[in-house]
Amino acid sequence: MRSKLLIAAMLASATLSVGAVETIKVGVVAPLTGPQAHLGKDIENGARLAVDAINATNPSLGGKPVQFSLQAEDDQADPKTATVVAQKLVDEGAKGVVGHLNSGASIPASRIYSDNGIPQVSPASTAVAYTHQGFKTTFRLMANDSQQGKALGQYAVKLGKRVAVVDDRTAYGQGLIDEVVKAVKAAGGEVVGREYTTDKSTDFTAIMTSIKAKKPDVVVFGGMDPQAAPMIRQMRTLGMKTHFMGGDGMQSAEFLKLAGNSAEGAIGSSPGLPLEKMPGGADFTKRFGEKFGKVQIYAPFSHDAAVVLIQAMLRAGSAEPAQYLPELGKTQVDGVIGPIAFDDKGDLKDGPVTLYQVKDGKWQAVETIGGPPAK
Amino acid sequence: MDVLLQQVLNGLILGSLYAMVALGYTMVYGILELINFAHGEIVMLGAMVAVTVLAVLAALGVPVPLALLSALAAAVAVCVSTGVLVERVAYRPLRNAPRLAPLITAIGVSIVLQNLAMIVWGRQYLSFPPVLDIQIYEVAGATVTNVQILIVAVAAVTMGGLLVLVRRTRLGRAMRATAQNREVAGLMGVDVNRVIAATFAVGSALAAVAGLLIAAYYGIAHYNMGFILGLKAFSAAVLGGIGNIPGALLGGLLLGVIESLGAGYIGDLTGGFLGSHYQDIFAFFILILVLVFRPSGLLGERVPDRA
Amino acid sequence: MTNFLPERIYRDPRIARVAFVALGALLLVLPFVVEAGMGRTWVRILDFAMLYVMLALGLNIVVGYAGLLDLGYVAFYAVGAYFYAILASPQFGIHLPWWALLPTGAGIACLFGVLLGAPTLRLRGDYLAIVTLGFGEIIRIFLNNLNAPVNVTNGPQGINMVDPVTIAGSALTKPMDLFGIQISGAHAHYYLFLALTLLVIFIAFRLQGSRIGRAWAAIREDEVAAEAMGINTRNIKLLAFAMGATFGGLGGGLFAAFQGFVSPESFTLMESIMILCMVVLGGMGHIPGVILGALLLTMLPELLRYIGPLQQELVGRVVVDPSDLRMLLFGVALVLVMLFRPQGLWPSPVRARELHPENPDEVRQEQEALYDAER
Repeated sequence: MRSKLLIAAMLASATLSVGAVETIKVGVVAPLTGPQAHLGKDIENGARLAVDAINATNPSLGGKPVQFSLQAEDDQADPKTATVVAQKLVDEGAKGVVGHLNSGASIPASRIYSDNGIPQVSPASTAVAYTHQGFKTTFRLMANDSQQGKALGQYAVKLGKRVAVVDDRTAYGQGLIDEVVKAVKAAGGEVVGREYTTDKSTDFTAIMTSIKAKKPDVVVFGGMDPQAAPMIRQMRTLGMKTHFMGGDGMQSAEFLKLAGNSAEGAIGSSPGLPLEKMPGGADFTKRFGEKFGKVQIYAPFSHDAAVVLIQAMLRAGSAEPAQYLPELGKTQVDGVIGPIAFDDKGDLKDGPVTLYQVKDGKWQAVETIGGPPAK
Repeated sequence: MDVLLQQVLNGLILGSLYAMVALGYTMVYGILELINFAHGEIVMLGAMVAVTVLAVLAALGVPVPLALLSALAAAVAVCVSTGVLVERVAYRPLRNAPRLAPLITAIGVSIVLQNLAMIVWGRQYLSFPPVLDIQIYEVAGATVTNVQILIVAVAAVTMGGLLVLVRRTRLGRAMRATAQNREVAGLMGVDVNRVIAATFAVGSALAAVAGLLIAAYYGIAHYNMGFILGLKAFSAAVLGGIGNIPGALLGGLLLGVIESLGAGYIGDLTGGFLGSHYQDIFAFFILILVLVFRPSGLLGERVPDRA
Repeated sequence: MTNFLPERIYRDPRIARVAFVALGALLLVLPFVVEAGMGRTWVRILDFAMLYVMLALGLNIVVGYAGLLDLGYVAFYAVGAYFYAILASPQFGIHLPWWALLPTGAGIACLFGVLLGAPTLRLRGDYLAIVTLGFGEIIRIFLNNLNAPVNVTNGPQGINMVDPVTIAGSALTKPMDLFGIQISGAHAHYYLFLALTLLVIFIAFRLQGSRIGRAWAAIREDEVAAEAMGINTRNIKLLAFAMGATFGGLGGGLFAAFQGFVSPESFTLMESIMILCMVVLGGMGHIPGVILGALLLTMLPELLRYIGPLQQELVGRVVVDPSDLRMLLFGVALVLVMLFRPQGLWPSPVRARELHPENPDEVRQEQEALYDAER
């Protein structure tokens, strides 16, 4: 009789304590549909890997057991949808957000998160403006366009002093090229020409002819691969043998496919280290591969973003944004992508940028600029 | 000087492509007084089909000339059937409706075709398989490739062929009669429905050829490429005189050269205030200027009425 | 669909009063009902819907009353939005009050309406459409590029941190406490938009029944005859453009204050076409129809979002992306409506007869009339 009572009591307390596990909601936002869906899904999966791993360790917050749940939302890479979705996450009680992908989405959404005090860690947005709005809640895990542009500009001047630039008049392309121009001038190079295009054009013969006349050593393009590919093709058919460089919008498998043979020798930059060179890269690739398949680009970054958010909560002993936000700023952790620490604006300290070159039809890492000083 | 020559050459190539597409617009407008917004999408379809077929055949190891011809044939088949189908389903019932209706329908068809292509082929850019051997020739300091020469040649040949069709054949005579006065042509024994269908067919076939050439020239095809191209080609047709076939050629070439020279020199001309990203505006500005000051176009005979 | 109740019900003033009061009460509590039933995101969607009602009513004046097919209407929306954003944001550091900016913005848009309308006066239907389309694109391209040499519009990055509407010192975007009820930003904006929308509806009704409205109808039916009857077609057409543009500019200013962020991406050709769809699908020239069209076309695409997860449940994977379907269905709807019900879903009885006459003799007469007018 007593043993039965004991068992009943144990069962009761067990169920009670299970029922008492608090669920903490973390949001992840990226374009889950549309042309960048493969990248958005990558972001979601990276965050999910992190959350599942943390939940498996039975974490507890302030003495109470908790489980973290991930709510994925689709912003379709559209600024308006991004604000709608951000409001939704805030209304549904998300305590932190990993996202978004596009700077054009992160920036308007960040206002909503900031108004409600919800910290936001972006795994992919590189526009400088994102962390420069004076909000306390914006963080990112990638070198921003200022750092990327500097790397591009410095490397360009190494190849030759006469640099011509083209941007596609989007927030990304123009921001990147503005930084490249600054870096080129600072490194002692000369910007011999600046042309513009749009993110829908395919005909660049006019501006390339114009640039050819100015006899540059290097052409740097700020924009995406559907423009970069025909651009380099048209350059080669015009007989231009100049070096061609671009940012992370160009450094992709798509570019290789679309540009074909003309791609040879092109140089592209990408924030962060190549997956193989990341400290946690090999292990991450294995773990990610078992659950989700091939890593696209951003999974390691979104994984670390989720880790950083949750670890700050654990350190502060509370999931309330007001409590753990200061802890987030003090983050000093070794993530999959490397050492993570934030500066006072929320940018990644010592964010590295890697330059790749097309050799034999494949992107090969050439040089890493920036990054934390060797220990 | 060689820069100027190069820009003019670039412009002529671009212009030849505009001209081929403009022909479709001008022919349909001549007969139906309808701006076929969907025409740009038909060009896009031609490009997408051609690239897809070519990629498959090239992967199978089919010899290049045969693969190209098959791709062209497939593109023409798809474009012609689409064009005729659209006319039959969406435009014919509205032939006597007030002007607003077919115009809005045309916009609707354009949206449908664009989005169907997006669903079928995805939003990724398709790349033209590297089957062409690009030869670069130097001419007086400027460069020309064999593909560019081919484009100009094809444009010239299609123009000539079209003029022969319109001026020397029975079908051409029937087309001209229908364009002049649809009712009376019907009374004189012309099967108006067939002639209109034939007009759409010919225009769509031209669109297919243009699509293939554009894909070959730029190396890519994309579901979004038809719209702006269509607007510019329509501007070219208006510039030359809508309803006028040599006008379409002239308008196309002129627009191409103006765009090229404009994009190349506008930065210098305006002291950096306007740059080459305003390239797309040229077509619109020309359109507005022509319609306000010389609505009949450069070579045109028809003057748009007020009502 | 015009008369489904017995005639005398429409004429009884007591029933009309009761109906109005009921409608008024419903409108007042609507946001709370919606939030309780469907969540706060839907209240935001309701706000956008009302914004579009304003825009659609504006375009209705140009297309529905005066019969001028304007494909560049979004330009006025953009002008209103950017005017507000430039003068109430950190862009230049100017922060003028909203109650001054909104009417002025509408006025500036009105001026643009006259400017853009002037060259089109002699043009026929299709040419008018293309020219207005061109204008719309030109404005968008300028807005996208006017950030050098003087940064007016901040180019493709858009203007962020636009001041919201403030009532009694507190911003409408922040949650408020009113008589003990929690009113969120979305709710507050609902009432603001509702008030202005009712104003716009009122003006539209009065215009329709005025001499100007009848002059517009005359021009729409037969411009030559209208001119012959002494109507100054030039001025009346310009007035149509001006009034339509005014409503567009008002909507634009409200949009900027509500969203806090304007960028050229919100003002594309597709937006113009969508607003045109609302007018055409709803019932050209008929105010209730246009309102219906605007509400439907704003809300239905949001419903489409649920198709993604629905497909997931039914079939196991997402076969067709809902965002891909959205525009496709628009196009199909346009074509179907034009083929089978060109008078729209809820037309005025007059236009229904005009566009879809039951009597075949009338059809022949119409055709002959058109035919003669063109020779």
